[in-house]
Amino acid sequence: MSAAGFDEMQGPDGTRAPYALVDAWLKSLPREQLALKRREAEGLFRRIGITFAVYTEGGDPERLIPFDLIPRVLAQAEWQRLKLGLEQRVKALNAFIHDVYHNREILRAGRVPESLILNNPQFRPEMAGLDLPGHIYSHIAGIDMVRTGPDEYYVLEDNCRTPSGVSYMVENREVMLRLFPDLFRRGLVAPVAHYPDELLETLRSVPPPNCRGEPTVVLLTAGIHNSAYYEHAFLADEMGIELVEGADLLVKNDICYMRTTRGLARVDVIYRRIDDDFLDPLVFNPESMLGVPGLYFAYRAGNVNLANAIGAGIADDKAVYIHVPEMIRFYLGEQPLLSNVPTFDCRNPDELQHVLANLKDLVVKEVHGSGGYGMLVGPQATREQLAQFTALLKSRPYDYIAQPTLALSTVPTFVEQGIAPRHVDLRPFVLSGGDRIRIVPGGLTRVALREGSLVVNSSQGGGTKDTWVLEGPG
Amino acid sequence: MLARTAESLFWLARYLERADYVARLLQGAAHMSAARVDADRSSEWESAILASGAENAFSARHALVSAPAVIDYLAFDTSNPSSIVSCIETARRNARTVRTALTADMWDAINSTWLELRNFDPEQMDDDRLAAFLDWVKARTGLFHGVYASTMLRNDGFYFTRLGQFLERADNSARLLDVKYHVRLPHAEDVGGLVDYYQWLAILRVVGARRAYRVLFKAKVAPIHVAELIILRPEFPRSLVFCFEQITTQLDRINGQDPQRSAEGKRLAHSLYAQLRFGRIDHIFNSGLHEYLSDVIVRSDELGLEIAKGYLF
Repeated sequence: MSAAGFDEMQGPDGTRAPYALVDAWLKSLPREQLALKRREAEGLFRRIGITFAVYTEGGDPERLIPFDLIPRVLAQAEWQRLKLGLEQRVKALNAFIHDVYHNREILRAGRVPESLILNNPQFRPEMAGLDLPGHIYSHIAGIDMVRTGPDEYYVLEDNCRTPSGVSYMVENREVMLRLFPDLFRRGLVAPVAHYPDELLETLRSVPPPNCRGEPTVVLLTAGIHNSAYYEHAFLADEMGIELVEGADLLVKNDICYMRTTRGLARVDVIYRRIDDDFLDPLVFNPESMLGVPGLYFAYRAGNVNLANAIGAGIADDKAVYIHVPEMIRFYLGEQPLLSNVPTFDCRNPDELQHVLANLKDLVVKEVHGSGGYGMLVGPQATREQLAQFTALLKSRPYDYIAQPTLALSTVPTFVEQGIAPRHVDLRPFVLSGGDRIRIVPGGLTRVALREGSLVVNSSQGGGTKDTWVLEGPG
Repeated sequence: MLARTAESLFWLARYLERADYVARLLQGAAHMSAARVDADRSSEWESAILASGAENAFSARHALVSAPAVIDYLAFDTSNPSSIVSCIETARRNARTVRTALTADMWDAINSTWLELRNFDPEQMDDDRLAAFLDWVKARTGLFHGVYASTMLRNDGFYFTRLGQFLERADNSARLLDVKYHVRLPHAEDVGGLVDYYQWLAILRVVGARRAYRVLFKAKVAPIHVAELIILRPEFPRSLVFCFEQITTQLDRINGQDPQRSAEGKRLAHSLYAQLRFGRIDHIFNSGLHEYLSDVIVRSDELGLEIAKGYLF
């Protein structure tokens, strides 16, 4: 099935137009040179310290995510179409989360099943009735997209909690600029280095109600052992804000402060990169050592704002995903510009029957899972795995959805055997502020390095590519 | 600045200063040992252990003082928090937690050092490789010191980095000189003899001050001058008085913004600095060099604790 896929560079009539520059560059570049540059790139990543910790593995705790030198290219027209669709989708998702914690109109209208929301572990009753600045819940959303043809895109999932990977978007470009400055000299590729500025503007556009003057913004990290620590440090550094850990913050009289060498300093907006459960041990997981006792009360009192909001994960759920097109129609009165992958909701007995009967052709995902863990890729599964998932689906159908395996598009990739097509996805980052939506052109392209593999997650051996959006028409 | 950031910068600088000092100690011991002026050659290695302040921890791991045991313990043993390898590991861990407070050049200096550390295999050490390793450590810590001085903004981040470096250096210089008292000479008549002479010379070698000594004293190596150089000479950047001049300057700059904070730390630092500034070497020798240095070491420790308390470390 991988052979049948759409290749973004080689079309039936030769090289597709957006890849003309890449094609000419590859033809002019000897293979040894490419191998040499790849080693150079690895050296740069190590020196800058762009590493990723993989929990389940022994050995080197600071692993590099493989970086592929051959860029993934989107024409300006292709990107514009995606961009409009992304804005629409994220607007609807924020409206949905706001609604869920207020009047629940979409539930009352019967457009989304009530039980799916109110019994969902990602639903936070603590958020009911709380009015957030700009009614924004997912200030930073990572929307995973795949492509199956020249004009066919699908949203694979919405990451509304704490999507990561944006540092790779910026650093991959930085490394490409250093290794191949000539490629960029003609100014054909839209820049991405301003992402941290856009992010800071977004965060400053949502000060809490009781903030006077310019808001103080900080980034809250779980610390150096977190898998995305490099990204936290990178973003805080680029934005020029403090990178804080839970122990650096404290709440007194519902006001949040950080401990500085000059005493306590008030904090207004927290870009938090730790999950809801760990934010405040007084309200959520009492065992959490990462959070700040009393933070939730400061949040409720309007003295601090959190990005993303507590409870935004309700829109991440893979069963809720099924209803996003309906949300767009319900809140915006528009037709969805981006398609969903047709998805079977295993909580419905009919759909479950279909899934069980066709398991070997489907991808099965846990509704709360992420990072490529807990999923079954039917066509590549062993008999034992199929049996295991059959049992799981029968005992806990409400925890799973299933989708057809899509023929993901491929992009030429430099692998052991030389240059060969490999499957990719795309995660653009959508920033929603109190004033407007901002999207830096492109996003993170992840590539499944193993031949035929469809799993692009870095925790599963995926790599990344620089993603180009070409400037101007063409 | 976040208190945790200040703390990490302070310790980052301390650990790199310590790595440099330990490398110098080992170089000094190796040189003394090769010069064969002493009948009982384990005493250089013993004094290196004493001067590193690790005698108890060392004897818990090694029954006998020998060159390989001391080299391994001070350079490579990861169970020794002050070994060179541990210092570099800890410094880099601190650097990672405060990456946003480091300049790009500082990060590169520390991270490249940490990456290059893998090129040295403790199992493959011989005299030449050890010498190359110790030179490398000195060069890398020198690079860090140069890079931070020439790239950091002059604000709290720099002040706490410098504070850590010079508090560590003061402690090291005081210990190094004090150890002369722990090293028993083979025979009483050797006092003032050849072995004694070479031991004082070795101290100068460790602090890289043979030339400084000749410039300042224009005389044969004598204990009273070496002590004066390391305690009282403001021109010499490893002397106690120089270190405390730096320490009080940084504390004053930090305090300038907020005079209430850590008033006690400031008082401790200034009183010690005044004592060093107006001290006389003949008085110090008459009342006992060991007692004097022990007092400085204890008060430096107190100052460290007071800084941690005052700035919420």
